This record gives sequence, C-alpha cells and structure tokens, in this order.
Amino acid sequence: MAARSLPPAAEEMPSPWAPVPFRVAQRTAETSDTVTLVLTPARDAPEFPFAPGQFNMLYAFGVGEAAISISGDPAAPGSLVHTVRTAGKVSGALAAAGPGTIVGVRGPYGSAWPLAAAEGKDVVLVAGGLGLPPLRPALYTMLADRGKFGRIEVIYGARTPKDLVFYRQVQEWRARTDLRFQTTVDAADRSWYGDVGLVTARVPDLRVDPANTVAFLCGPEVMLKFTVQALVAKGMTEDQVYVSLERNMKCAIGLCGHCQLGPEFVCRDGPVFRYSDVRRYLTVREL
Amino acid sequence: MTAAPTPGALRLAEHRFFVGAPSGLADRLEPLAVERSYAFGDTLVREGDIADRFVLIYEGKVALEIVLPDRPSVTIQTLGGGDVLGWSWLVPPPEWWLDARAVKRTRTLELPAGPLRAALDAHPDDGYAFLLRLLPVVAQRLDHTRLQLMDLHGR
Amino acid sequence: MTESAQVGGRYVLDRADFPAFLDGMRAAGYRVVGPTVRDRAIVYGEVRAVTDLPIGWTDRQEAGQYRLERRSDEALFGYNVGPHSWKKYLFPAHERLWTATTTDGSFEVRPEPDDATPLAFLGVRACELAAIRVQDRVFGLAGDPTYARRRRSVLRVAVECGQAGRTCFCVSMGTGPAVHDEVDLALTEVLEGDRHYFLLHVGSDRGARVLTDVPLRPASPVEEGAAADRVASAAASMGRSLTTTGIRDVLVNQPDHPRWAIVARRCLACTNCTMACPTCFCQSTEEVPDLSGEKVERWRRWDSCFNSQFSAVHGTSVRQSTQSRYRQWLTHKFGTWHDQFGESGCVGCGRCITWCPVGIDVTEEAAALREPARPTVPSASKGTTP
Repeated sequence: MAARSLPPAAEEMPSPWAPVPFRVAQRTAETSDTVTLVLTPARDAPEFPFAPGQFNMLYAFGVGEAAISISGDPAAPGSLVHTVRTAGKVSGALAAAGPGTIVGVRGPYGSAWPLAAAEGKDVVLVAGGLGLPPLRPALYTMLADRGKFGRIEVIYGARTPKDLVFYRQVQEWRARTDLRFQTTVDAADRSWYGDVGLVTARVPDLRVDPANTVAFLCGPEVMLKFTVQALVAKGMTEDQVYVSLERNMKCAIGLCGHCQLGPEFVCRDGPVFRYSDVRRYLTVREL
Repeated sequence: MTAAPTPGALRLAEHRFFVGAPSGLADRLEPLAVERSYAFGDTLVREGDIADRFVLIYEGKVALEIVLPDRPSVTIQTLGGGDVLGWSWLVPPPEWWLDARAVKRTRTLELPAGPLRAALDAHPDDGYAFLLRLLPVVAQRLDHTRLQLMDLHGR
Repeated sequence: MTESAQVGGRYVLDRADFPAFLDGMRAAGYRVVGPTVRDRAIVYGEVRAVTDLPIGWTDRQEAGQYRLERRSDEALFGYNVGPHSWKKYLFPAHERLWTATTTDGSFEVRPEPDDATPLAFLGVRACELAAIRVQDRVFGLAGDPTYARRRRSVLRVAVECGQAGRTCFCVSMGTGPAVHDEVDLALTEVLEGDRHYFLLHVGSDRGARVLTDVPLRPASPVEEGAAADRVASAAASMGRSLTTTGIRDVLVNQPDHPRWAIVARRCLACTNCTMACPTCFCQSTEEVPDLSGEKVERWRRWDSCFNSQFSAVHGTSVRQSTQSRYRQWLTHKFGTWHDQFGESGCVGCGRCITWCPVGIDVTEEAAALREPARPTVPSASKGTTP
C-alpha cells in the first residue's frame, strides 16, 4: 500500500495548466506541411532548459494545445525550437504562425534520451519522417562534446526527398567526417542521389560495435519494431535500444489519462522508453 | 593449395551473401565469378533483357528503377556494398523487370546464370545452401515493399 | 450537557441535537453538502436543514437496478451510496481552469480565482473516504492546484454504513464499512427501540471546532458496542465479493483472454461506470473563445476511456473496439493502477455495477478472468459413456 499523500497547499503550486506566452521569432518552411518555429519569451522570463527528447505543449490562442517535441539545441536555452507538421486544427494554426505571433508554451515534459548512458559508446540514431526533430537535440549535444562518444551513425528516412526536414543542415551533417549521416527515402526520381529504401535496410551496414552501442529510435511505431529487429540481427539487444513513442498526450502531467499505454503515462513516463521495457505493450492490439 | 588472393581482388567468400554459408560453397563457385566495375550512370541491367547473371555488389550504389512511359522513372530501391542484385535469373522466365543503374562507382562480382544453375543442380547440397542464402533476401525485400506500401511517413 | 470535544474522543450525539450539529458546521464557515433525495435517487446536494436528508429512505440496488424504498424507521443515513460521489465537488464534471485575454499582441492567463466557500462533506462512507484518498494521490502526483485547494478546505464527516447494499464489496477491497482513514469526524447511526443517536468520533482539530456548541456526552461502552455491532453486521452482509489476490497480474497478463470479447458483447460503451466511479479521473480540456476572439476560457470536463476518440492519435483511435476499451478500464482500475499509484483504483462501492444499464458486474468479470480460457470447440467430455 502506498503512503498517503495529501496534495500540497495551493499557494505553493503554480498552475500546471497556464501556458506562458512566447513570440515566434522565426518561421522556416521545411516541407509542404512542416515548419520550424523559433520562439523567444514574450516577456522577461528565465531561460528554458530542457533535455533532448522532451516536448512542450504548444498553444495556439483560441484554438488549443498540441504536444510538440523540442527540436532545438539544449545548449541554447534562450530560444525554443519546435518543428510542427500540420496534422489537425491546432498544429495547423501553429504551423501557420508567422514571425511576431504569440503562442503559449507549457513544459518541458517527459523523459529524455539517455545521453549519459551513451557516453563511451557508439551511438545509432534512426529517424523516420518527423522522427528527426525529437532526435536533433541529442545530436547537437553529442556533436558539441564529440569526444565523449564513439562512432555516431544516423539513418534518416522519409517518404520522398521533398519530405526531408532540416535539408541544408542534413547536407552539412552528411559532409562531416566525425559522423555518418545516411538519408533514405521510400521513392525518388533520378535527381535524388541518396538511398532509396527503408531505414531498416541501412542497419546491416552500420559500422558500430554492437556490444557497445546504444540506439535511439523515433518514427512510426511499425518502423520502430522493424528497426529493432534489424538491430537485434546486427547483434544488439533490446535493452540497448530506446524509442520515443507517440500517444494522445493532452495534459502532459499524467492526469488526463488519454496517453496511457499499459501502466505507462506516455507523457510523463515517456515519451522516451527503453525498448525492452515497453515491447510487450507494443504487441498487444489496441492497448 | 590455393593461391593468395591478388591484393584488391574481390573474393566471393568475403561477400555478406556468403557469410555463414557452408564452408567451400563460395570457393566452389569462385571460378565462375567475373569482376566488373561500373561508372556513375552505367546501366547494369535493363528491363526486358534476359536475366543472365547473379550480381554481388561489393562497393558503390545501384538504383533499381521502374521506367514509366508518361513520367520520369522512379527509383524504388537503392542497393549498396553487401547487397545482391535480384533473383530474376533463377525464376522463369529469366528476364529483368527493373532497370539497375550505378549511381556511384560500383564494383561487383558476377556469376553467369547458366553455369551457376548448372553448378547448383549438380550439387544439390550447394543448391540448397545457396537458396537458403537467397530466400532471406527475397523475404526482406518483400517485407520492405509491404512497409513502403503502408506509406508510414505520409501520416 | 455540552463539553468541549477532544480529538480522539468518542461521544454520543442525540438525533434531537443533529440540527445543532449542522448549525455548528455552518457557524464554522462551511457549506454543508450531503445526501438529499432528488429524481428518485439519493444524490449529494446542499443540506440546509436536517429535513433535507433522506429521512426514512433506503436504496435497493442490484446490477443495473436502483430503487428508493421507505424504511421502517426514521434513519438519516439508512442507505448506502447513490449515483453521485464526492468527486463532483473536488473534481467538478465541468470547471473553468483559466481565462486568457489578448493584450498588446500577447495574452495574459488568469487562473480561476479561489473564492468558494469551504465545504463540509456530510455522510462520507468508508469506501468514499478511500476513494478521496485515491484521488488525492492521483491529483497530488500531477500537482493539480484546483483539486488541492478544494480538498484542503473540506471538512470530511464520515458516516459508517449500518447495512450493506446488494452491489457493495468494500470488505473485499479493504476499504470499509468501518472507517479507518484519517477523517475530521466519523459518525455511526444507531437506532435501538426508541433511542436514535450517533456515536461520534473526533478525528481532527478541525472536526472538534465545529462541535463547540453541539450538545455531546462521552459514549458509554454499551453505546460504542452497539455502534460496532451495526458496522459488523454491514460487513457480514456484503452483496458482492471479489478476490483481490494477484488481481493485477490476472488482468495485466491476459489481454487476450476470451472473456473480454464476451463482456464486450454486452457493454454499450455508455461511460456510466466511469461517471459514477468515485476514483475515475480521466478528463479533457476544451478551448472556449468568445465571439470577439479576444477572450478565451479553458474548461475541463470529465472524459471516459470508453469514448471512441479518447485514445485518438492523429484522429485515429488506438482503441477502436468496445472490447479494448472495456479491457482498458477494468485493467486500469484493478491492475495498472497499482503500477501507477501503488494501490487499487477500486474501492468496492459497487456504483459501476448498479449504474451499468446492462448490469455488467466487475466482480463477476474479475472472477471469470481467473478461469482458464475455455477452448472454442468443447473437448470431448470425460466419463460420460457407460
């Protein structure tokens, strides 16, 4: 039986429901339906520290909130970067927010990529579609302290070359020698010189020491499962793999109940989980 | 007694396709192998041509393309070092159904279909072992095709 | 004869002095809410006078059935539990969280002001005290300020059950009918011949303060015994029981048990069980802009895991079938609640059984899930041929 816990007095508690106003300082179109927003506090506010992999609840005034992962550099907490794809009413309003627009922010929420556990090891990042933005803060952190990590391999898959986000930056990463960054798309015409095929097809060729590697995966759930299978075939174990999961995150504080996956509140206990801890939930239909 | 391999020469036994295969299989097929090299833009195989060889890619990149009459051709998959090009040579009628084009300088070892089939027919153990290497390639391509059909990233 | 009540003390409050007790709570600044009769049910509402209480009424309950009946006596608390629970006060079904207005291109968020009169909950059953404790933990861990504010101001006046309903199983869940939780005041109603009194246990200073002008006298051992007998008889007449041993694993480890499909054929996914449940906490927020677009209110309302869009990701529900939603509810309530909060989410009040329109009974479902999965095709029976 758990200890009884009375809620603390209200005056000690800031409202977890109130968004803080931020101004859109910059809006960059990534693809036909995806933009990256750089936000700065609308009023004097302390810096906004976060850990790679965490998300915020972004608020479009009069429309509502959506859970959006932070895609910026943790070493630059003065501004907040989010990459938003138009998927519904709220994300559509956020994606349409031009410079100067005020949006609300609650956060940061959720678990982070275990970068400390990755130190001294080879690191594999696998991103599918809009799975790259939640992984970018981890990549920034590792590249800023490059010596702490072994080989870094990134596999990034998208539907077509036009659907790749951070295009210019991806070209820069691909040119680096202290990082192997592979892009692959589902289909392309002859103007594309990258790979065509699934991210899983790139796994056998990873140049890492499977016994001393951690992998961070973010993308559609089916992609996660197949990628884990390929990593295991490569010699890794499921407890070396971390995945970022997506469920219906509404409150972000483990209260509204919408994002439950078995015993986990994905908003609070996730979104980053060790794969071996959640794999049994991912094989149950409609859990 | 075998001669030491020429420096830089490609060896069948070193290709990922033969990793874990019964000992000697690659060596027995080695005499059939022809080394080829393709420059950027070279065509390896063309749709409609007779599928006359089994191609093992050692380095480079090969795009598999479907040519459409009314649209630019579509690349549906790229292959790289460690991959093999197709099974059309084994499946009647032996005809390529795709174009394969080098999009990087590419080095291969290629086994001519007729002698390869004859060698596998003559030694059913080798034939079976070879098919056990080939079937996972087919299965993996099928899995990937299914996932691509689901258009996961589109959501 | 009035004497000043001591925390930990046990007193007798005569029925005739009950109005003075209500006055005492009001004088201490509380708005008293408790059982009232409305729409042929006992529901919680404001209690201004003792006549607002369900005097002489009891509730007859069965799976999918609820009916008020006259008692042969004039008991004030001679029923069990109705469709309402105290969560409607601590976690209102619909409440405003904040109001935001645009100013100079930005916006300002004002959390909802705290101007409500503190409430006295009169007639909290042992299972309901447990339910409040369960929600304290849920809302406390999430750091919900409005819940905490209300909860801290509440005076909890428990009334132990002197009888059990047909759908009650608090004994199985270890929550009642005796009150063991911390409480401000606990009453046990005793009717014996022409005597009608309450044994009153003082649990807190806050509880003692409302008794300043209430006539009380120390309880005698005989009176204490009479009260204990009534609670013991309630404990002995539980309408339902549920085996809790290993229940978490029974549910969590059997997502494919055929029973889920069987119960899903009856379940209407109507959400009644989750609305009536005193611990269900699922909720949604909604954005309510005014016509000018310059002012917006954020409201929250009860939601339910039985609603089709509850689990929707990008517009598509993760749990499309009623089967998966019933499984989610029951598995959460008795199973994964342990993982999340270190205790069961069920307190055995029986509301979900009574208020289910098709009479689905969680105790029956939990028992069925303990049975090994039956094969679809019956196997040949043994030993029936001569």
